[in-house]
Amino acid sequence: MRWFWVDRFTEFVSGERAKGIKAVSLSEEVVDEYAPGRTCLPASLIIEGMAQLGGLLVGQLSDFTDRIVLAKITSAEFQMDAYPGDVLHFEVVLQNQDGIGAMVNGTTTIDGKPHGTINLMFARLEDERFTDVELFEPAEFCRMIRLMRLFEVGVNPDGTPIKVPEHMIEAEKRWFVKN
Amino acid sequence: MSVKPEVFSKVQEALVDALGVDDDEVTEEATMVGDLGAESIDFLDIVFKLEKAFDITIPRDELFPDDILTNAEYIDGGKVTDAGLAKLKERMPFADLTKFEQNPLVQDFGNLLTVKDLCKYVETKTA
Repeated sequence: MRWFWVDRFTEFVSGERAKGIKAVSLSEEVVDEYAPGRTCLPASLIIEGMAQLGGLLVGQLSDFTDRIVLAKITSAEFQMDAYPGDVLHFEVVLQNQDGIGAMVNGTTTIDGKPHGTINLMFARLEDERFTDVELFEPAEFCRMIRLMRLFEVGVNPDGTPIKVPEHMIEAEKRWFVKN
Repeated sequence: MSVKPEVFSKVQEALVDALGVDDDEVTEEATMVGDLGAESIDFLDIVFKLEKAFDITIPRDELFPDDILTNAEYIDGGKVTDAGLAKLKERMPFADLTKFEQNPLVQDFGNLLTVKDLCKYVETKTA
């Protein structure tokens, strides 16, 4: 099962903010099986989508070499459900970050109407404490980011495009050779 | 000595936001871990919020002296040594270590910090 809860990045400014969209589809089993009789995308997966958006915003600061994990959902409030056919617009803003973690605040809208506010904390896994912990297979991780079109819209604060990091290109080359 | 109301108010707001506790739970005497339920990641959240609220920079080892508490030079048999206590006092002049000194178990240190300590720390940064 895939675990993509953002369909596409629509805006990405390194170290500042990111926007993305998630289209809710009835073909997603969870939409009608999670809470029978209440056909909507579960709030927990909307939070996951925002965490993917925010986590990649934080991770990009190190060219995706730091291992970033969602450490805490500080708050999450929703004003309505997201139904099949709805398009969720996600926006996250990096509030603060250091070598330990980062704080990201976000909002979601549907058709321009406020849908939710979500504040998240991310942690960087320390190299000394978490040895031999690989969160993603490097080539797969790069593929995921490409599928979400981050590199198509991503820019640095000065407006220059964000390039695919060299270590990711090398990982992709190794994957192609191997497969 | 009590803390400045304007400092307490902002610290209280940061703690309510970060820990999901009610206003009235955040008293000056409340301990961060025991009374307010703060966990390790919450402290980072609190630091970020305080930095923003007061426009200050908080070096991480000033509020959470892990480097002292994990240094064999300052720990013996699970307790902080006299040298370690002196180092803690030097690092954290805003904290009241009187009670902790009576039985300075490292494991109890996490529950030492009170809301008042946090306010006093912020006051030293904004003075």
